[in-house]
Amino acid sequence: MTDGSPGMHALDAVDRAIIRATQNGLPLTVEPYATLAEQLQLPLEEVMTRLQGMQDSGAIRRIAAVPQHYALGIRANGMSVWDVDDAMVDALGEQVGALPFVSHSYRRPRHPPQWPYNLFAMVHGRDRRQVEAKVAEIARLLGSACRGHDILYSSRLLKKTGLRLSG
Amino acid sequence: MVRQKTSGSTQQAARDYSPFERALLNDFQHDLPLVPRPFAAIGDRLGMGEQAVLEALAQLKDEGVVSRVGATLKPGVVGVGTLAAMAVPEEDMERVAAIISARPEVNHNYEREDALNLWFVATAADDSALTAALAAIETETGYPLLDLRLVCDYHLDLGFTIQWTSPKRIDD
Repeated sequence: MTDGSPGMHALDAVDRAIIRATQNGLPLTVEPYATLAEQLQLPLEEVMTRLQGMQDSGAIRRIAAVPQHYALGIRANGMSVWDVDDAMVDALGEQVGALPFVSHSYRRPRHPPQWPYNLFAMVHGRDRRQVEAKVAEIARLLGSACRGHDILYSSRLLKKTGLRLSG
Repeated sequence: MVRQKTSGSTQQAARDYSPFERALLNDFQHDLPLVPRPFAAIGDRLGMGEQAVLEALAQLKDEGVVSRVGATLKPGVVGVGTLAAMAVPEEDMERVAAIISARPEVNHNYEREDALNLWFVATAADDSALTAALAAIETETGYPLLDLRLVCDYHLDLGFTIQWTSPKRIDD
């Protein structure tokens, strides 16, 4: 689940066009970047240089096969949420984000009393038992800095699309 | 509308995947080589031909196992976004979910088991467009939402390894 933080990587119109053209994936052709360049009417060299530049700057995290975990039998998607001491949340958040079974880890604002949690860690597993074992590991890592936590399971995916770009 | 129920039971993947497919899925979640013929490069690493790689990826895509082969962006690179949560009475869920899913700003929308039972990610070109979209959602649905904008992203981008059902133990 990626949303956004203030942009640090300014992309120009050509970069955005390249991203927009790949938002549903690269063409599965022998030379996918050449196919993309042709669609965009850009030189192949420029498309590849810009993709490399966006990877180097961190704007593109990776170009890769994106698995659909549900189809692979990964049925339990647990959003673990934690109320962690503000003075320690950044240091601990980094450690949680580095755990091999955590796909995303974010700090978000609390909205007490309805929402006391400030750290999110997405944990995936084949079933809830597996997710809960992993969440217990996170709890051990956080120790006494954590005042409470919960796991929110997704019961239904209502909409999922790739990246959307406006403008 | 895609309806996917999450149950607590262990379930098998739809079929058995070949060692080659497993390697494709595990290794190339992380990195498609940025070379003119990336599928040939993958084939070289896995000891398979370029066409075999392309056919396998096309099939995995057809089966829905791979959603796409493409770029994953760092959050915030294009526009601004947020994660929002709402508490919606069950009997009103279909109406509210349909309103939210119909918005072009919304790219993920999930029902979750909690008092806050509807969660969605929305992105827009800038802060004011995003704020306007959220306000419109509150007005149209009639429910307030929690705007949980990202403060910090701790993700180290290591990807994660798919745990195959067999022959390895899955309940590690």
